[in-house]
Amino acid sequence: MLWACLLFSDLPLRAAFDGSELAQPCALIDGPRQRQRVVFANAAAQARGVRVDHPPAAARAMHADLALRNRDRAAEQRLLHSLAAWAYRFSSHVSLAEPDALLIEVGASLRLFGGWPVLERRLRRELAQVEQDPALAVAPLPAAARVLATRHDGCFIAQREPMLAALAQMPIAQSGLRADAITLLYRVGLRTLGEVFALPRAELARRAGPDTLDALDRLRGNVQEVLPLYQPPQRFEHRIEFDDRVEAWPPLLFPLRRLCGELALFLAARDGGVQRCELVLEHEDHAATRLAIELLTPQREARLLYELIRSRLERVALAHPVCGMALLAKDLPTLRPQHQDLFDGKRAEALDWPELAERLRAHLGDAAVRALAQAADHRPERAWRFSRDAQTIAAELRPRPLWLLARALPLRGSPRRILAGPERIESGWWDGDDARRDYYVVETHAGQRAWAFLPAGASDGWMLHGWFA
Amino acid sequence: MSMDTGLSTALIDDFSALTHFDTRPADAYAHVLAQKQLHAHPERGAAQALEPALQELLKHPGIWRRASSTPQVRALSTGLAELDAQLPGGGWPLGALSEILFAHDGVGELGLLMPALAELTRRQQRVVFVAPPYIPYAPALAACGVDLRHVVQIDSSATEGSWSAEQCLRSGACGAVIGWMQQADYTQLRRLQLAAESGEALAFLFRPARAADKPSPAALRLQLHSDADRVDIEILKCRGSFDTRRRARLR
Repeated sequence: MLWACLLFSDLPLRAAFDGSELAQPCALIDGPRQRQRVVFANAAAQARGVRVDHPPAAARAMHADLALRNRDRAAEQRLLHSLAAWAYRFSSHVSLAEPDALLIEVGASLRLFGGWPVLERRLRRELAQVEQDPALAVAPLPAAARVLATRHDGCFIAQREPMLAALAQMPIAQSGLRADAITLLYRVGLRTLGEVFALPRAELARRAGPDTLDALDRLRGNVQEVLPLYQPPQRFEHRIEFDDRVEAWPPLLFPLRRLCGELALFLAARDGGVQRCELVLEHEDHAATRLAIELLTPQREARLLYELIRSRLERVALAHPVCGMALLAKDLPTLRPQHQDLFDGKRAEALDWPELAERLRAHLGDAAVRALAQAADHRPERAWRFSRDAQTIAAELRPRPLWLLARALPLRGSPRRILAGPERIESGWWDGDDARRDYYVVETHAGQRAWAFLPAGASDGWMLHGWFA
Repeated sequence: MSMDTGLSTALIDDFSALTHFDTRPADAYAHVLAQKQLHAHPERGAAQALEPALQELLKHPGIWRRASSTPQVRALSTGLAELDAQLPGGGWPLGALSEILFAHDGVGELGLLMPALAELTRRQQRVVFVAPPYIPYAPALAACGVDLRHVVQIDSSATEGSWSAEQCLRSGACGAVIGWMQQADYTQLRRLQLAAESGEALAFLFRPARAADKPSPAALRLQLHSDADRVDIEILKCRGSFDTRRRARLR
């Protein structure tokens, strides 16, 4: 295994200040309210004499316009997570080395990316786009990579022996050991890790404690290190806030394209697709406009998602100016690879009937999809029902219409002529729904054929019960 | 003068053909060229009218000429011999939208589909009624030979009907989808046509007769004309055939 360590030494500053602010002198303070100290200062601030461990007042005395802010650990963590999400594109083994480093296993995919020099250039280029400039080091062990990154930016060591040699040269101040252990070793007169490695184990354990021994063992690979791996989030939620109020949809398309691009990257990293997502248009004083987007099959192509969402967005009449936009996706099914049969031209989006019925029911309601069946009853309105189990019933030989009216209606006008009938249907005296009717097939003046009945024995009062459609 | 009118009619015909997506552009173009040639030399016969260059052009495999061959249309017999004879492929086009326009209920509009539906259910393919205006009467369906085990009815509102039909067509799990639309815009129809193509299903759409004048992307459009004595089927539009406005008797 080969681990690349990306050390973002100015991550706390990046998390608290944006790019343009960082060009000016700025510093972060931290600590209890009464004893706050400068913990980070950028190069511009250091050039003006601001040093780490200055109290805020001293720092301001060095430079009156110094931008001072409290350190925001939560923002740092968020930033590191977003960088991990980005790094997940290059390897499935990404680990957060908090507070300010990422470890990526690159050995397995080195060939895919065309070797380390190519991959390194790519990592640096992509990070430069988000204004990050980390120190990079590659070593066979994650702990060693982390330590080497502090001093040897850009080093690539694939073997254990040269790695140990490089580690031996590292000053103990940058060894990543605990501060008290470093102080202790320094006072003993040790200056490099190599000198520490040479000490007898038992003595070292007794003086510096088992934790230090363990850390040294991890550096050298004497014990296996178990790293918690980064897991990409289960849902996508990205938001863009606008500086101006947007009154019409065309200006929304540019940020929408960016959101779709981010969603596509997110989906590609998860090797999944999106089937349902939601575009939220935020208004200043009103409830947000929400657009639900449903797709027939999971998709993850940025251009396609953009086109689909754009077509929805175009139809929206914006009632209020938009001040922000968010894209949410929770339903992220795995993308089924499109496999095609060699001989059968069926497409990948084909669904089985159960799956289709399920989707229809989900959309239209549980009772919306029904099967038809015949029923053994002479009364026409009872000779059929919605049912899954079809009974075998002798086929009706007398004329029956393809359309049945749910309720018989008075026939408009009188029939032009009678084509067949009467057929007496008399049934149901036992269940209180007694029917005694004479059915006729009649033709109207418009040439329609109707199934109409007269009450038994009557000669007027035509009731329409069906159409021979 | 009459020459000019002839040419412009040909142009208009082919233009409508283009906008309806029912012929390849090359067909229309070659057709117009041929017409031009004919009118440019009215004294010559049709055979001599085509100059060698045009003859060469027409040998192109991408150009289909009506006189030379019939296009391949996969179809399912309508059960009416007279109608089958007039349809390319001899029946309802598979993987395409067929529209049936009618003015009054009960002129045999649904019966027109029954032989095809019976055949589909015999092949164990599913037949879906999407939001029918009345109850499809099970005893009558069974009497027409339709196997009810393969018949499904979907209840949906008018706005969701089009969506449901599209889902069914696209899924490939349905042999035929039958829908009713009072109001349908071109986009909706086009979506149904594309869904039918991708799902290789038969799509039937019943629409009011007043929709006959509106453009439609359907592969086949039939209109039922009923009067006191008979019901006729008029072929308004038929992909793969230039002879429209032909009729067959329904009953």
